[in-house]
Amino acid sequence: MRAALAPLLTVEHLTMRFGGLIAIDDLSFSAARGQITAIIGPNGAGKTTVFNCITGFYKPSGGRVLLNFSDAPPTADQIDTLTASGARYAASAGGELFLLERMPDYEIAARAKVARTFQNIRLFAGMTVLENLIVAQHNRLMAASGWTLLGLLGAPQYREAEGRALDKAKYWLDKVGLTQRADDPAGDLPYGAQRRLEIARAMCTEPTLLCLDEPAAGLNPRESADLKSFLKSLQAEHATSLLLIEHDMSVVMEISDHVVVLEYGQKISDGPPDHVRNDPKVIAAYLGVEDEEVEEAEAEISQ
Amino acid sequence: MTPMPGKVADASHATLRSLQRALIDALGAALLALGLAIPILALRTEQNISNELILQPRWNFVVIAVAAAFAGRLAYLLFAALRPVPRRRFKSLMPSGLSNFLARSIAGIGLGILVLYPLIALALTGKAGAIKWIDNFGIQIMIYIMLGWGLNIVVGLAGLLDLGYVAFYAVGAYSSALLAQTFGLSFWICLPLAGILAAFWGVLLGFPVLRLRGDYLAIVTLAFGEIIRLILINWVPVTGGYAGISGIPRPTLLGLPFNASDEGFAAFFQIEFSPVHRAIFLFYVILALALLTNWVTLRLRRLPIGRAWEALREDEIACRSLGINTTNTKLTAFAIGAGFGGFAGAFFAARQGFISPESFTFMESAIVLAIVVLGGMGSQIGVAIAAVAMIGGTEILRELDWLRRLFGPDFEPTQYRMLLFGLAMVLVMIWKPRGLISFRMPSIFLNERRRVRAELVQEGHG
Repeated sequence: MRAALAPLLTVEHLTMRFGGLIAIDDLSFSAARGQITAIIGPNGAGKTTVFNCITGFYKPSGGRVLLNFSDAPPTADQIDTLTASGARYAASAGGELFLLERMPDYEIAARAKVARTFQNIRLFAGMTVLENLIVAQHNRLMAASGWTLLGLLGAPQYREAEGRALDKAKYWLDKVGLTQRADDPAGDLPYGAQRRLEIARAMCTEPTLLCLDEPAAGLNPRESADLKSFLKSLQAEHATSLLLIEHDMSVVMEISDHVVVLEYGQKISDGPPDHVRNDPKVIAAYLGVEDEEVEEAEAEISQ
Repeated sequence: MTPMPGKVADASHATLRSLQRALIDALGAALLALGLAIPILALRTEQNISNELILQPRWNFVVIAVAAAFAGRLAYLLFAALRPVPRRRFKSLMPSGLSNFLARSIAGIGLGILVLYPLIALALTGKAGAIKWIDNFGIQIMIYIMLGWGLNIVVGLAGLLDLGYVAFYAVGAYSSALLAQTFGLSFWICLPLAGILAAFWGVLLGFPVLRLRGDYLAIVTLAFGEIIRLILINWVPVTGGYAGISGIPRPTLLGLPFNASDEGFAAFFQIEFSPVHRAIFLFYVILALALLTNWVTLRLRRLPIGRAWEALREDEIACRSLGINTTNTKLTAFAIGAGFGGFAGAFFAARQGFISPESFTFMESAIVLAIVVLGGMGSQIGVAIAAVAMIGGTEILRELDWLRRLFGPDFEPTQYRMLLFGLAMVLVMIWKPRGLISFRMPSIFLNERRRVRAELVQEGHG
């Protein structure tokens, strides 16, 4: 049973303040291994801020973001030792344990294998589709090129590595249906294709956790349906867990295993899609409260 | 049923209307010229015999400027704007096969011309005349091509605007000169050491400016260039201050010096001594250095580091999300660009035999940056063409004696150097805002290598 595995990502008491504004207030949730976890909430609820804290683009004001490669949950002792040691990560029997809040963004991507996409697509617009996918494999190629020296001299080991990188890029091009456009600049692609390319580029880093910031935004219903099956296939065929922010409820409810609902930086609901869908707090946050409740509240205040 | 008169009336009406609009536009231009000319041209202060400042009005200049602006704008609107010129008309004059051939083999043709250049100069102008053409033109242009290619790594590929590139040129020149004088090392040992030292300074500069972007980066690099120059001026015991360093040993060919002595190059090959031998030798040395720069750059573009530079120029945040250490990536761009600047500096010192801080002013940085921008950021061939046009063009001003006959003996064409530089910049900004060669060639392809349009390529924001 999947649920028996330890969660991959555990966010504990995460707080993010910008000056006097509290964007995230004491948020705790976890993302299970091999599952799709969705973060939803009204505009300005702090969803993207959570992403930025997890992927290191923001340094959280407080709290802990724990990423655990091992199948077994880390013991309290293990976590305390790591926290006290001042290190950013520690190896354990089953796999490494990372304190993401201490790590710089590129290291989170390179070492902790957390990849992400952006709400306002960030492709390398002036580079071709293929180049985008090759740049994503930078760290492996860099090592193979002997930190440039061997590559400069044309070492065969680098050429082999580049061939493998090309194969991987071809695989993902095929997967997102962009093989025909491989040599076109990424900036020339239509919107939906850019979204797919950004996911493919993130997958080229071989992530254990893929964070998608509104992958269905701006897609038409057909593209949205394709996206659903694509994300399901990522989960099934690649050992990748997904964390996604999404406004399109059909996507969220259909593919997520677990939904976290935020409002004003706080968690108001957490559970499987069916549970969240019927949670009165969630309904209130999205649709507003009904008049009776307002009257009740007013009555409470006036007492 | 005669619609013709109506149409003619319409057409003449339209012409009248556009003429009216052109007149108003030209009047606007004349007014603008007037506003600019009054403070700049009309009032000139001069000292009289008793050292008093007196105001000398020059209204005739103002009238000329305003009239020129009015007439020029009107003529432009009437002849150029009213009759739209079909774009790329000139291209059709050339058979498409020829233009394709030119586009494909421009690098090869350029290389061929460069390799044969000293021999052509020698054949056309003889031994005595060739020195000027090889040294003042050939070597000077090659130095700037090399500097342009070096800076192209930082500005064109990595998108980091560096206004202090001359600092690394200076570090290279001074370190090789000092190493040669202090330890008696030969040019061929000083050259790599100078490159390494300049690269080291590139990293030193890189560290503090890594957090800065765009304009702030430009200002700090500019300041760094000035700091280096001021140190060279003020650290007199080491650098000799304004007096500079002289007597820097000249490069030798496998130990053969280029002089009239018995051990010299001419004596060894038993040919008549001529200073042109050294000029030709130096030309091939700088050509080899520049080609090395080009080869390394082209090679790096196809390696992960080069792709990371370009990705950094495109989108730094996306780079970090893919696990690219942007700090190291920027530092390597600074270091490698600076290293090539250092090589060029070492060559410059050995070629001149004398260096002083005057050779390393901000103007040099500006010229090299202008070459990179004019050529098209990131384009190796564009940079080479721009260097030939800018440096060759300004050097050729020295040769235009007939202008003096035209404008009088006081006319000094070289004083208009900067004016022409500015004019070239303005023209290129109007017609080719992204430089002479503005498209980008992908570093890898699946089926066919296709150009990436300039509009898609980012310029980088630091």
